[in-house]
Amino acid sequence: MSDKSVMKSGSNLERVLTSGHFAVTCECGPPKGADVEHLQKKIELIRGCVDAANVTDNQTAVVRMSSIAAGAIMVRSGVEPVMQMVTRDRNRIAAQSDIFGAYALGIRNMLCLTGDHQIFGNHPMAKNVFDLDSIQLLDVVRTIRDKGTVNCGDPVEGGIRMFLGAAANPFADPFEFRVIRLAKKIRAGADFIQTQCIYDMGRFREFMKMACDMGLDGQCYILAGLTPLKSAGMAAYMNKNVSGISVPDEIINRIRGVPKGNQAEEGINILLEQIGQVREIRGVAGVHIMAIEWEERIREITERAGFLPRP
Amino acid sequence: MIVADPKPFGQVKGYLENFERILIVGCGACTTVCLAGGEAEVRLLASGMRIAFGRDGQSKTILEDCVQRQCDVEFVLPVLSRVDNEKIDAVVTIACGVGVNFLADRLGKTPVFPGLNTTFYGAGMEPGLWAEMCAGCGECMTALTGGICPVARCSKHLLNGPCGGSEKGKCEVDPANIDCVWQLIYDRLKRLGRLDDLQNIIAPKDWRTAADGGVRRTIREHLYKLR
Repeated sequence: MSDKSVMKSGSNLERVLTSGHFAVTCECGPPKGADVEHLQKKIELIRGCVDAANVTDNQTAVVRMSSIAAGAIMVRSGVEPVMQMVTRDRNRIAAQSDIFGAYALGIRNMLCLTGDHQIFGNHPMAKNVFDLDSIQLLDVVRTIRDKGTVNCGDPVEGGIRMFLGAAANPFADPFEFRVIRLAKKIRAGADFIQTQCIYDMGRFREFMKMACDMGLDGQCYILAGLTPLKSAGMAAYMNKNVSGISVPDEIINRIRGVPKGNQAEEGINILLEQIGQVREIRGVAGVHIMAIEWEERIREITERAGFLPRP
Repeated sequence: MIVADPKPFGQVKGYLENFERILIVGCGACTTVCLAGGEAEVRLLASGMRIAFGRDGQSKTILEDCVQRQCDVEFVLPVLSRVDNEKIDAVVTIACGVGVNFLADRLGKTPVFPGLNTTFYGAGMEPGLWAEMCAGCGECMTALTGGICPVARCSKHLLNGPCGGSEKGKCEVDPANIDCVWQLIYDRLKRLGRLDDLQNIIAPKDWRTAADGGVRRTIREHLYKLR
């Protein structure tokens, strides 16, 4: 975000953010196979509701259609993808090759991640790569884009334009390091940030204050990550089992307090309140709604949040 | 030191079904220290084999040996002679994988089997507990990280700080048993008054010095040229 007047990628997400709109992104998980029809259905569910949709890269280390292929299908369908790329499964040779391929297929946003450890997925026996970490991957792509060279210094044939994103988790430890890590990601090339799901609003406010005090909100667009809870069970599960996520008792109890049939509704009510809250926080440039396997509610959520029509 | 664990007894026994005169060789170095492959473990494994094969109605000759180090020719030569002189038809070594290879390279037609699974370069943390400390990457970068190695001790070998899976000082891969090394590095640099170092972006590592660069060897010229 060093110069807002020059578009780095020309992507819709970049256009929305640079023109000062409050951005809305969501997630679209590719199928666990080559089921294009299933993917197309998900794409239709989110069409027109968001500025771009993240295509996850074998999230939680479970094998799925590649984020490049799924992203290219989205491009073809007229919905803008944010291609996620993890360093878990590819070394710097494969990563750079995949970036060229993704750009050639029309992908203009990417989110650079280290990726979940394979122990959590369906191939815990796999060998991991981690030749780069997410910060190094950001720098590699930024260098390709801005200097026209690959990591070894060789020139790139034909330029690439890519809007570069990274993740931030304000809820992992050590807390004081989280904003330092955010700053490193920005220095390594992050144009935008999507945070881990926020449930502990107090801690997120504190994180954003630290980020703003360092001037980071002026160097990068920060999108607040939110995940609607479908049930009290899901809330308790995420709190207990997902590292780096804490769901306050207050939220778990609130969902538990309504009958099972209405818990999903309550989850969405809470999400809408959270959207209202993050909009009030200085430095938040948008929301990233991770409705896990719940794309069918994205239209309703964005509608009720007053996000439609998108700019 | 190199740390190793005993292979399951049945697996080692399975290797030996078709052999009659078997020599089990221990190592007086690392695997003695980690209580996996020293003199005592040789005796234990040999007795176990005698009992197990005896139960199967097989009378095999199980011989025992333990040398000071299985990774130096001078200590291994007596084993090689013994294999020849005593008509040994299979060797089990309970040294680390270095010992297995070193013997295999020198044992001609006699098969050698591993009795251990070699696991890592580590240190004894408390009696009976060893933990990984070094990955042997060939380009030590711990000067940047307060002497604590993220290559060996981060589950993702991250070089620029903890991922989102660091919680209360533990790594999400196995919170009960793995410390988040970046929490340890953070705490150590804080104590050393060097927290600012963490703001530096560490560039991608050059893995040529690690196993990725091909099989490695080291030459000390002053000694090597005396050959």
